[in-house]
Amino acid sequence: MSASFTIDGKAVPFAEGQTIIQAALAAGVYIPHLCHHPEFKPHGSCKLCTVRISGRQSASCTTLAQAGMAVESDTPALNDERRTLTQMLFVEGNHFCPSCEKSGNCKLQATAYDLGMMTAHFDHFFPSRPVDASHPDVLLDFNRCILCSLCVRASRDVDGKNAFALSGRGIKTHLIVNAKSGRLADTDVTLQDKAVRVCPVGVFLRKDRGFNVPIGRRVFDLKPVSAYVDATAALAKE
Amino acid sequence: MRHQLETAENPASLRRIAIDTVSRVEGHGKVTILLDERNQVHQVRLHIVEFRGFERFIQGRPYWEVPVTVQRLCGICPVSHHLAASKALDQVVGATQLTPTALKIRRLMHYGQILQSHALHFFYLASPDLLFGFDSDLSRRNIVGIAAAEPQTAKRGVLLRKFGQEVIRVTAGKRVHGTGAIPGGVNKAVTPEERALLLADIYRIVGWSRDAVHLIKQLHAQNPSLYNSFGVCRSNTMSLVGTGGELDFYHGSLRARDANGGILFDGVDYCDYSQHIQEEVKPWSYMKFPFLVAFGKRNGWYKVGPLARVQNCDHIPTPLAEIERREFVDYCGGLPTHAPLAYHWARMIEMLHAAETIKDLLHDDDIVGQDLLRSGVRATAGIGVIEAPRGTLIHHYRVDEDDLVTMCNLIVSTTHNNQAMNEAIRQVASRYLQGRELTEGLLNHIEVAIRCFDPCLSCATHALGQMPLALELVDAEGRLVHALARNGDGSFACAAD
Repeated sequence: MSASFTIDGKAVPFAEGQTIIQAALAAGVYIPHLCHHPEFKPHGSCKLCTVRISGRQSASCTTLAQAGMAVESDTPALNDERRTLTQMLFVEGNHFCPSCEKSGNCKLQATAYDLGMMTAHFDHFFPSRPVDASHPDVLLDFNRCILCSLCVRASRDVDGKNAFALSGRGIKTHLIVNAKSGRLADTDVTLQDKAVRVCPVGVFLRKDRGFNVPIGRRVFDLKPVSAYVDATAALAKE
Repeated sequence: MRHQLETAENPASLRRIAIDTVSRVEGHGKVTILLDERNQVHQVRLHIVEFRGFERFIQGRPYWEVPVTVQRLCGICPVSHHLAASKALDQVVGATQLTPTALKIRRLMHYGQILQSHALHFFYLASPDLLFGFDSDLSRRNIVGIAAAEPQTAKRGVLLRKFGQEVIRVTAGKRVHGTGAIPGGVNKAVTPEERALLLADIYRIVGWSRDAVHLIKQLHAQNPSLYNSFGVCRSNTMSLVGTGGELDFYHGSLRARDANGGILFDGVDYCDYSQHIQEEVKPWSYMKFPFLVAFGKRNGWYKVGPLARVQNCDHIPTPLAEIERREFVDYCGGLPTHAPLAYHWARMIEMLHAAETIKDLLHDDDIVGQDLLRSGVRATAGIGVIEAPRGTLIHHYRVDEDDLVTMCNLIVSTTHNNQAMNEAIRQVASRYLQGRELTEGLLNHIEVAIRCFDPCLSCATHALGQMPLALELVDAEGRLVHALARNGDGSFACAAD
């Protein structure tokens, strides 16, 4: 019998070396997350997956599961904090869901719905972030970046192109294209790259399609993000 | 024409009423009236404090977002903007001809929208004035009053609108602000189940629409002197007509007539709209004043919308609506009517036509086809024109080689009717205001004239008769004599020195 721990009282088995979120998702237990992706190493930046373990809070994507640990996740207090983090992500960028073609297929939007976020609460930053439309097949809309760095990791670790990076510090951190000109057209990124397909929000848009999935058939039209055993896999099919 | 009431001869002696709010066109209107010491009317203006901004903030965005973004201009007839933008961007993606299924789904969406918007306006917003009287008890002059006094009429109004909304949901994915039309076609097929759902109700909808025409016809017959003279403003008219001169809300060429019905131009490719229409900017209004270039600013203004369309076309291509059109034309004695209240009659004829067209489209097997998209040689500009519920709607875009919008020009229906609405309220003010103290009933006379046009200052007329409206009486010395304001919650505030 494998070792196990509990999340909100439910027993979750785990294998040696698994993080809490890896074991949870494998067991069908949803923990909100944005920067975590099952195919990539833990990153621990969005903090939405923060859980409470023996009175201490910790990111479940960077904490190894241990036998017998009692993890609290779906609690009002933790969900309040997750909602606040989500609100902060919304106001730091320009997330205009009504005109975004990722609406319905966006993890940030789906997570906000799932957490019961009704307003952005905080003052919007309204940053000026021009889009990069230089590439013939891919459009970059930096307005929607939540700094999960999945594209950075995918381009570096999977595509072997190192085409993206996070630049700046603190609140000025932002996604850049790793080219001398700063333009996507001057990289060797292609539509087939993992980096193009891994974005959980709407930064990477294919130019050959727009709003091609009708309302009602989008991933999160069908069920909320918390009801997916693996929302990442469902989004990857789009 | 009453241009002399647009600007008083001695405006310097009058206090200028400043507009100090910026809000969207929906829901915010202001009428100012300037009087001399004998309470004679010198100036009447309808101000629409219009902040649109879409032309600017769509710049730099990818073109495929446009149909979804610009429809947010309006919550009442977003489908019009959605489809006008899609038509323009069809040209950009080289879809010179849509698939039969895509074209018919778009038409179905649009005629569903005409049906719901016209039903909303007539039953919810206009019928309380028409059924109870302009000066009737304010407390019942609303849709709730209609529901109490005429429950069948109110119920039909609600269900007619609901049906139109269902047509939009089936074709666009949502009742409001869907995504059905995309450059080159549509993203959603109509399923056999959805078709059957709509077919189950459409015959009843056609019947009720026909009854609505008969209702407004009766009202005209009961009080012809009022209906034929209230706020009359003679002008040119303009609309799209189909290739055979028929009424067509989705596509066609531009036709304009003079006030007597003579053709000014016909068969004009709407892509050449800028050669025929220009817009004048007046310092006192945030809304431009379009005019037909060939006839100049003073004489080139025109009306659009149901009254223009029904009189501009040669025929209506559905049988019941065509019968009603002929009766309407006969009633007017063969010459165009310019009575704003006749807009309601024309609007109901159009609603009947929309219902009949929806029925025909639902019986067409192409409507459940699966061939939805076309593309071709890319272009850098596109112009889409459509007949929205309130009139001709023009969308014009330029797109750069990176797929980003570089220019957007929108001329919306209410803008075309700007001068006509001003003229109508000048006529009403001249007739009903002279030497009289302002009352709520007077305010409503002004509002009734504006409401005939169903303007998309709209939520105005789309707020259950509670559009924020300020009516101000200023004497020759510039003093505010009397003011009456209707707040957004329907309450009134009076002020007088």
